[in-house]
Order: sequence, then C-alpha cells, then structure tokens
Amino acid sequence: MERNLTHIALFAALIAVLGLVPKIDLASGVPITAQSLGIMLCGTVLGAKRGTLAVLLFLGLTALGLPLLAGGRGGLGVFVSPTAGYLVGFPLAAFVAGLVVEKWRAPVGIAAFGGAFLGGLVVLHACGIAGMAVVLGKTLPEAAGLALPFFAGDLLKAVIAGAITQGLARVRPQALLSRG
Amino acid sequence: MLTLTSAHETAAHRWPAGPKLAAAALGSALIFPVQALPVIGGALLALAALHLVLGWGFTREAAGRLWMLWPFLLVLTLWHLWTGEIRAGAVIAGRMVFAVALANLVTMTTRLDAMLAAVERVLTPFARFGLNPRVLALAVALVIRFTPVLLDKAGQLRQAWRARSPKRAGVAIVLPLVLTALDDADHVAEALRARGGL
Repeated sequence: MERNLTHIALFAALIAVLGLVPKIDLASGVPITAQSLGIMLCGTVLGAKRGTLAVLLFLGLTALGLPLLAGGRGGLGVFVSPTAGYLVGFPLAAFVAGLVVEKWRAPVGIAAFGGAFLGGLVVLHACGIAGMAVVLGKTLPEAAGLALPFFAGDLLKAVIAGAITQGLARVRPQALLSRG
Repeated sequence: MLTLTSAHETAAHRWPAGPKLAAAALGSALIFPVQALPVIGGALLALAALHLVLGWGFTREAAGRLWMLWPFLLVLTLWHLWTGEIRAGAVIAGRMVFAVALANLVTMTTRLDAMLAAVERVLTPFARFGLNPRVLALAVALVIRFTPVLLDKAGQLRQAWRARSPKRAGVAIVLPLVLTALDDADHVAEALRARGGL
C-alpha cells in the first residue's frame, strides 16, 4: 500500500520533471520536451493501474495551480484551451501503454515500444486532435494537420521509452512493476 | 515550488474557492454553445472589466498568461482569412480566449491551500467508496516535495555528464533519473511503514 502510493507520487513528480528539464536533446539536437515520454514511462514501468493513477495525480496538481506542464504552464486554463484533449489523453495513454506491457508477453523492450506507440502516439493524438477540433471549431482531419508535425518526435519518444524500459528490466528487474 | 497564484493581491483572492470554481465552470459551459458574436464580445468586455477592477498589474499579468494561445489564434486567423468566414473565426477565437481567461482568473486568485480545501470538501462523500482523503493529501504533499528533489537530481546528472563529455546531456540521463525515482519511492515507502504506515 505504502509502496503503491510512493511509486504513484514519485512518478507524478517524474512526469513534471521531464517536462520542466529544459529541452532534452533527442538524437541530432531536435529540442522537444520529454513530458509525453514521462507519460509513456508511467504506463510501461508502473503498469496500467498505477501508471494511470500517477498521471491523474499529476493532472490534479496541475489543475490546482502548480506549474507542472511543459514550459511551466498549469492552472485551470490549460483544461479549456485547445490542447485540453491531450491532457484528457494523458491518463488513457498511460493506461494503454501499461496494459500492452502487462498482457503482451513479447520481450520487454518490444512490448514497451508497442505500448508507448499505441498509448503515447495513437491514443494520445486521437484525444488531442478531437480536443483541438472541438475548441477550434474544425473538422477532425483539419485538426489532425496541426498535430502532424509532432508525430516524428513522438515516434522517437516511443522508441526511447522502449529502450529505457528494457534498460530498467536489465539493471533492476524487480522494479518493473508492470511485469511484476 | 511556486504556484500560479498571482502575487498581485486582489479582492478576488478573498472570495471563497468553491463559488469561484463553480462560477468559472458555469461560465465556460454557458459560453460554449453561443454563436452570436455580440454576446461573446460582451462577455469578453465584462471579463476584461472585472480584471481592471481587480487592478492594473493583475490585468497585465493575466494578459501575459494568455500569450500561450498565440499559435492557435494565428492558425485561426490564417484559416478564416483563407476561407472568408471571418465572423465564424471571431466567434471561435473569442470563445476560446474567454474560457481560458476565466479559468486562469480562478487559478490566479486562489491559493493552493484554499484549492486543496475545496477539493477535500468535494471528495469527502467518496470516502465511503475507499478514497481516503488523508492518503490523497499525502500523495499531493509527496509530489510537491519530490518534484524539486528530482529536478535537482536531473541537474546533477546533467552536470556529471558535462564533466565527461563535450556534448550536451541527452536522453541518456532519463534512465538514471527513472532509477532515482524508483529508489526514492522505495525509501519513502519504508520510512512511511516505519512510522506506522498509512
């Protein structure tokens, strides 16, 4: 019980830190924030249930007025802005990523990449695009055009999430609660 | 860690959190189906007037926080100039700015403790379904405490990297950071159990 609570809380903090750390350079110096990497890792490392709770805790604190979102944003305003769909998608993405790693008995790195791809790319952008379509009064394909530039970076993040989860399974197998 | 509450002390800081939250939710819900430009314009003017009544410095800070909407306003402007439906674009943009500004107003004038107290009141009825407000409060405190701790650790990892490499620290520091979070979680769990548990 205590262990569940502290893991959920520490990973909520980890999502915040990955968004606040100024620009982790991916590969050839493309600066993108790693916040959605944190969402993916919540699912692939903690598993579906705990990962979702960690993301919900993170979002709850953001709503209370803590500047935890990438770039130090937060407060209630972000939940009615055009990007609100992505916030709704965050817990779903962690849940899907965790579920894939738990159920799919592939090697952990591959399962984690699959989960991060399905959750952090497919589910997250589906929610985000729907949110932009509603707030900006556009059709879904038009809103999808706005999300398109971010697909490449998120694909890279899914690969990294897979690699990190695999590395974790190697150095600290008992810490990988999603496969526990 | 600093919250997003405005340092400009206004009269609205003393209004109770619950009604402010309810009013903002109601305002957003009411404005959303509105298609009439004069209504939205009037709502925006009223909101701007409310900000001005609360103070000039406060208004400037609030305006600064709306800056995050500029990419979307740019997209809307270009799109609706292209299609010629300028009135529809103004409705969408006005609605968006109103909803975000209204929600920001609540965040800027409500302190974290007042917000937490409001959440606790709302969640009290759920206690019988197993949602213990004390556990939730502890989780919130842990996140607030450990975000700066992990941020520090990330800074240390980055510096250690720079001592060894001419390149900037990249994604290589994420795995040790995750390990730190997992280890800290285990330590805190042990400490909690040693003090009698939850």
